[in-house]
Amino acid sequence: MYSYSEFDEAFVRARVAQFTQQVERRLDGSLTEEEFRPLRLMNGLYLQLHAYMLRVAIPYGTINPRQMRQLAHIAQTWDKGYGHFTTRQNIQFNWPKLEDVPAILQALADVGMHAIQTSGNCVRNVTADHFAGAAADEIEDPRPVAELLRQWSTDHPEFQFLPRKFKIAITGAPHDRAVTRAHDIGLRMVRNAKGEPGFEVIVGGGLGRTPMIGHTVRDFLPKADLLPYVEAVLSVYNTLGRRDNKYKARIKITVHETGKEEITRLIEDRFAELRPLFGGNDQKLLAEIEEAFAPPAFRNAPTDAYDAFYKADPTFRSWADTNLTAHRNAQYAIVTISLKAHGATPGDATADQMRLIADLAERYGHSEIRISHEQNVILPHVHKSDLPALHAALVQAGLGTANVGLISDIIACPGMDYCSLATARSIPIAQQIATRFDELKLEHEVGPLKIKISGCINACGHHHVGHIGILGLDRAGVENYQITLGGDGTETAAIGEKTGPGFAYDEIVPAIERIVRAYLDVRQSPEETFLECFRRTGIDPFKAALYDGEGEKDAA
Amino acid sequence: MSRRFTPKIVTANRLREGDVVYLTADDRWSPFHHEAELIEDEAHAQLRLLHATAQKLVVVGAYLADAKPGPNGPEPTHFREEFRTRGPSNYNHGKQADYA
Repeated sequence: MYSYSEFDEAFVRARVAQFTQQVERRLDGSLTEEEFRPLRLMNGLYLQLHAYMLRVAIPYGTINPRQMRQLAHIAQTWDKGYGHFTTRQNIQFNWPKLEDVPAILQALADVGMHAIQTSGNCVRNVTADHFAGAAADEIEDPRPVAELLRQWSTDHPEFQFLPRKFKIAITGAPHDRAVTRAHDIGLRMVRNAKGEPGFEVIVGGGLGRTPMIGHTVRDFLPKADLLPYVEAVLSVYNTLGRRDNKYKARIKITVHETGKEEITRLIEDRFAELRPLFGGNDQKLLAEIEEAFAPPAFRNAPTDAYDAFYKADPTFRSWADTNLTAHRNAQYAIVTISLKAHGATPGDATADQMRLIADLAERYGHSEIRISHEQNVILPHVHKSDLPALHAALVQAGLGTANVGLISDIIACPGMDYCSLATARSIPIAQQIATRFDELKLEHEVGPLKIKISGCINACGHHHVGHIGILGLDRAGVENYQITLGGDGTETAAIGEKTGPGFAYDEIVPAIERIVRAYLDVRQSPEETFLECFRRTGIDPFKAALYDGEGEKDAA
Repeated sequence: MSRRFTPKIVTANRLREGDVVYLTADDRWSPFHHEAELIEDEAHAQLRLLHATAQKLVVVGAYLADAKPGPNGPEPTHFREEFRTRGPSNYNHGKQADYA
């Protein structure tokens, strides 16, 4: 993977030194909170419900074992022994003290990590397909481009005060695992008629209070034009984006208000101005970055042991069926380590678990680790003959849950257990749903089903694109949960449809169970997934399951 | 006719630790909601809030939160404030652990 250049290193160190002084000045009273707040946010430090929270970027979800061990060290030294992996391929520490934050940032800089631009109205951590560089369906590894975008956007003087935050996602595969259609800019690698790789550029997607699927402004952008084109998009947004109303400030609103055709024209005009200014240094840099992402030296060895184990051991087979994905090298597999043990907090890993993952990545995974926006950890390159030993080690550490892509593999934002913006809790709902379906022993029968939970309208839990989405609200001083169905974050992206009135905290799990049972009743065969079934039947059978009989209950 | 004033407490987070605290009648910052001063008068509430926000080296983000009288002192009326008195529901962390 990419290691910091001298320039990166010097920049991050300088920022740590600067923020260290800013914290000192806040603590001695030279800076007021009003002055300090934007400075701490620029460095990923929030004040949440019960404590400060530090959000650390894991650019495009790629992290090495040394960095993972450092996160474990930070969790143990300055936090409560765990970290929370988020839906934006970041990690959050929920309990740091203000005076310890400079030391934490120093420790991050020691391993080439930082918390810069994980908050504020700037280009945020660039996210990517978590199977990048390994997936069988991939055109090219998108991470070199993501790294180029990281370097370009970091401290970019023109884009530090955008109308609002700006999120870029990138995928190198036709199967979209990076939710590119719900980002400010989504980049999907495609080939043109000549077979050359380039990008479909999608602009103006987003979730939050006004969910929108992005518009394609370019069907095919040559790779060499990427940086000037992205700069053109940002530049148009920076000029047109609304600064008068926070809720209308994202580029999705700009696109909506300007119209797709006009915004496309403006972007292309700006691109025509910018393109000649890029003299080719970006391409030289990209070529250097690409070298850093060279695939590991894959081993050539028999996989018979895997096949035999798969036949013999049902526990292993169940895990292999759900947690493995096809690798471009047929002897290898992509392993998803579930951070969703039934009843546990989605996305949380203890310091010990982080260290074990680092060890296993070194022993079995060519020292590569990824973090997914679905809040799991990926070992992208594991030789199949190593899978039984890897699985055994994971099981011992509580990391062997065989549920990836199933109903208990839930995305959940921190919700009102931590977040000061939340209007209701998310985590306990996720815990209860996972526990309930584990008790019922139904989840493998139900099959692929993505539940996504947000604790407020800002939709960090991506509920709009969940097959079942749950949104926690405050209705007259009581937690209330609204359900959406049929959302989809992939290449067939769709915003979920609201079912109707919401459910109270203790009613939401039974409501989800009614939806799932309705699906089992109406599906044509076990092969028809929840989403396929929903698309065939529409919302009515699910509405009936949710609300019919409610009246009788009230009358009783 | 003016609406009746809902009783309030002043709450904030400690600058250094981030911990949730409540302003008491004798000008301390207590970790316990029930030790907070229950303010029944709107003008007094504004004065107490000013007093709190002036303590720039002690607390951050002071605000008035609705509260009601209880047998041991003021109690929160909204679930958000109730969560702030104890900590997250997924782990035994925060006040529920620190002051158990």
